[in-house]
Parts: sequence; structure tokens; C-alpha cells
Amino acid sequence: MLNLVAINAAYIVAAGLFIFGLKMLGHPASARRGNLLSALGMLIAIVVTLLSQGILTWHWIVISAFIGIIIGAAAARFVAMTAMPEMVAVFNGFGGAASLLVAWAALFDSHALFVAITVTLSVIIGGVTFAGSVVAWSKLSEVMASKAIVFNGQRIVNSLLLLALLACAVMFCLEPSAQSPYLYGIIGLALILGVFVVIPIGGADMPVVISLLNSYSGLAACAAGFAINNIILIVAGSLVGAAGIILTNIMCKAMNRSLGNVLFSGFGAVKTAAKVEGEVKPISAGDAYLILEAANSVTFVPGYGMAVAQAQHVVCELGELLEAHGCEVSYAIHPVAGRMPGHMNVLLAEANVSYDQLVEMDDINPRIAAIDVAVVIGANDVVNPSARNDEGSPIYGMPIINVDEAKTVFVLKRSMASGFSGVDNPLFMGPNTRMLFGDAKASISEIISEFKP
Amino acid sequence: MDLTFVYLALILLLAIYLGFELISKVPATLHTPLMSGANAISGITIVGALLAAGSGESTTLATWLGAAAVIFATINVVGGYLVTDRMLGMFRSRTDKSDE
Repeated sequence: MLNLVAINAAYIVAAGLFIFGLKMLGHPASARRGNLLSALGMLIAIVVTLLSQGILTWHWIVISAFIGIIIGAAAARFVAMTAMPEMVAVFNGFGGAASLLVAWAALFDSHALFVAITVTLSVIIGGVTFAGSVVAWSKLSEVMASKAIVFNGQRIVNSLLLLALLACAVMFCLEPSAQSPYLYGIIGLALILGVFVVIPIGGADMPVVISLLNSYSGLAACAAGFAINNIILIVAGSLVGAAGIILTNIMCKAMNRSLGNVLFSGFGAVKTAAKVEGEVKPISAGDAYLILEAANSVTFVPGYGMAVAQAQHVVCELGELLEAHGCEVSYAIHPVAGRMPGHMNVLLAEANVSYDQLVEMDDINPRIAAIDVAVVIGANDVVNPSARNDEGSPIYGMPIINVDEAKTVFVLKRSMASGFSGVDNPLFMGPNTRMLFGDAKASISEIISEFKP
Repeated sequence: MDLTFVYLALILLLAIYLGFELISKVPATLHTPLMSGANAISGITIVGALLAAGSGESTTLATWLGAAAVIFATINVVGGYLVTDRMLGMFRSRTDKSDE
């Protein structure tokens, strides 16, 4: 049995390991060790807690932990890398739910006003996180339509929900109890609010939502830490809260939208964009091969469509063939490409692309005019020159990868449908653009077969 | 509510500041592992969950809440760290690849 001083000392060690772990995540070479350090910190925190005097009965712990380990390990082992956004979304939700339950259970120990307030906070944030994450998960895994669901009076409904939540919270704090009807009210309303907050958000805005829910799951843990007076929950929770907020901010900047705009307005085409006119010039895989074979520098620009077509492995194979031909190959990745921050990087890393070939938007743009061929695979809005030129376009002002400035652009596309935002893309009619129609994976495989005599 | 609250608030403040400093240095390439790793850290609620599930409370509700929280938090911790490790194992530099 450990005393309180020893326990808190161990918690400080754990917090230090979390901090060093996050620091080592700053570079791909040290990131894996960083994650191990962080896991070690968690292990220390758990073992010390188990040795504390607070633990009197063991059977529930053993059974629950066993169930959790099996589910967690299986999910981590078998999830496809394309499904990472769904997995992170659902895990955020679990974190929120756990904090909600822990805060609720804390009411059996104390009814003090301070505890009641922090429990309320934790239950609200945890409930919103859980319900919101479940909706985000169902949108990402296409269980429900990923389009924004907007209805008349949505803001009024949300405001009423918030008011009701506030009223319940005040009533609960006046007379706190673990079985107060107002507590049940808070839980129910928080869950409904979570659903209503996420349904108006469309699929392309999911990177923002996942980042935000990530942040909430940390804040919920932090609030629960205040409720049970536990420093390690506060430290770890606020680290995660800060991480989520930063990612949210990066995603919003990359779309040139404020957080409020993402959360409260379905992607609206308020202004009318200039009609795009021009001629689309298709190209065959055979001709594309001839141009690629002569190129000295090629950059691939992947988008969510690459993940849908499962084309990342053939893309990487083509990249290796080009390198063997003495061509300089890079992969330019827009911050909001894919359905979560950094999603494309993981897919390409899985396909065996080395991380020094993965280039960020701000690094590729200054030298894109010197690139012989830019190959756009399943990306649309993030390479749309309207964002630069057309003030009427709904995506005007969003930073893009300027592929239209490369010497030649290949766009791999199934057909001439417009992108996720429904905005026309003048890139497709550009003088140096050639459209390679068809399934991205099949098209690239065809080019590869040309390389092999 | 004595000075404890002040100490806790101070810890909160410092941790948030540290979080901002550390995370803003993580390159975009690693944002997905950063997120799943942060997710695993938010599973720290497991500490509170263990205390609730093992407190031997007279009421069964408290134990049930604790047990459910342990399940959720364990999935978060175990799944989060394992999947992050799996992802980070895929990130290799050119020199790593030529060593193989």
C-alpha cells in the first residue's frame, strides 16, 4: 500500500513521461520511442493507482480491464489505415464517456459545491464528446450520409437545448446527489446536444470536428480530474485539450474559415462563383507514360479519392519506378487532404513512401513552377485555382497547392463531377492540364505496366 | 475549497501552456499519430475509473459506473497506444529503407 505522497510523486513522473513523449513526437525518427515513453507513463500511473489504498475490491476491475484490453488490442491490430479517422473518432467518444462516468461516480464520495460544479462540467463535456463522436463515426463510416444535415430553426433548437442544460446544471448544483433527476437531465441533454452539434457538419469538414472532439475528450478528463482532486488527470487532460485545439486551429486556417463558420453553417454557396468554361483535354495512360518517362521531377498530390480508390500502393510503386529512372519524386500534401489531419501521410507511409518525400504545402508551392509533372489523384478543392483568383467562389481565400503552375498537370478522375464542396474547378480546363479519366488505381497500374517491358 | 483549488488551477495553466508549446512543433506529417497518441493519453481517466470501480462502495451504482468507465478507458489506452505504435512503425526514412 502506498501513501499519498508516493502516489503523487509517481503521478509527477508519469506526467513527465507524457510531456517527453509528446516532445519526441516532433520528429518521425524519434516519434515511435516517444509513444513508448508516453505508454510507460500511463503504465506507471495505472500501477500506482492499483497499489493505492483506494482499491478494496478487485473483481470488477479485472473483468472490465480484460474486456477493454481485448477490444482495444483487436481494434488497433485490425483497423485498416484508410479507416483511421473512424477509429480515432470512436476512441474520442470512449474517452468522453469514461470521463462522464468517472465524474458521476465521484458524487458518491462528496456532495461539495466545488465537486458538483466540476462534475457538471465533466458530464456535459463528456456527454457532448461521446454523442458527437458517435455521429462523426457514423458519418465517416458512411453508416449515415456524410452530407451536412441542416434544418430551419436549428440555431433556436440548439439555444433552447443550451438553456435547458444550464437550468438543469444550476438546479443540480443547488442540491447535488448521484441520483438527482437533474443529473439525469444534464446527461440526456448533453447527449442530444452532442448529436445536434455534429449533424450540420459535412464530410469535408470532418478533420476540424475530429480535432475538436479530440480536444473535448481531454478537457472532459481534465474536469473529471478536478472533481476527484487528481493531478495526473488534470495534467494529461489539458495536454490533450491543447493538442486538439492546435490541430483544430491548423485545420481551420487551411480552409480559410473560422471555427464558428465550420460549426454553425453548413457549407453554403452564398456567393455565385464565376462559371467555368473551357475545353477539357483528356489523355490516355500510354501518352501519360511517355510524358512521365521524360520528366525530371514529378510530384504527386493525393486527396481523399486516393484512399477511396485504394490507390496508394500503386502510386508508391510508380514513384519508385520513376526514381529508378533518375526522376525526383515528391508527394505534396495539403493540410486538409483526407478526413483527418495527416491522414494521407499515414496512407503513403503504409505504402512504403519514406517520410522525407512527404512535402507540406508551404514547402512545395515556392518551387512548383520548376516541377515537370504534378499528378493530382483524388484531390479537387485543395488544388482549385478559384481559391486564388475568383472572389465569388465559396472557397476563395483558402490556401491551395498551386499545381496549375507546374509545367504539366495530370488529373486522375473518375468523371467530370465537381468536388466535395460542389465547386467547379477551372484547373481541369487549364492549358497545361491533361485529364486521365477512369479509376485511379487502374489508370496508374496501366502506366506502371508501360514501364515494364 | 481551500488552497488546493489554487494549486490545481496553477497546474492546469502550466500544462495547457506546455501542451501548446509541444504540439505546435509536431510536423503535419505526424498529425494522425499525434491525434491517436493524444487520444491514448486522454484515457488517463482510467485512473479515476479504477478508483471508482475498486472503491468497494456500498451502492452498486457507483461500482457499475466505475466498471463501465474502466472498459471505455482501457479500450482508449490500449487501442490508442497500440495503433499509434503500428502507424509510427510505418514511417521510415530513405536511409532506413536502404538498410533493409
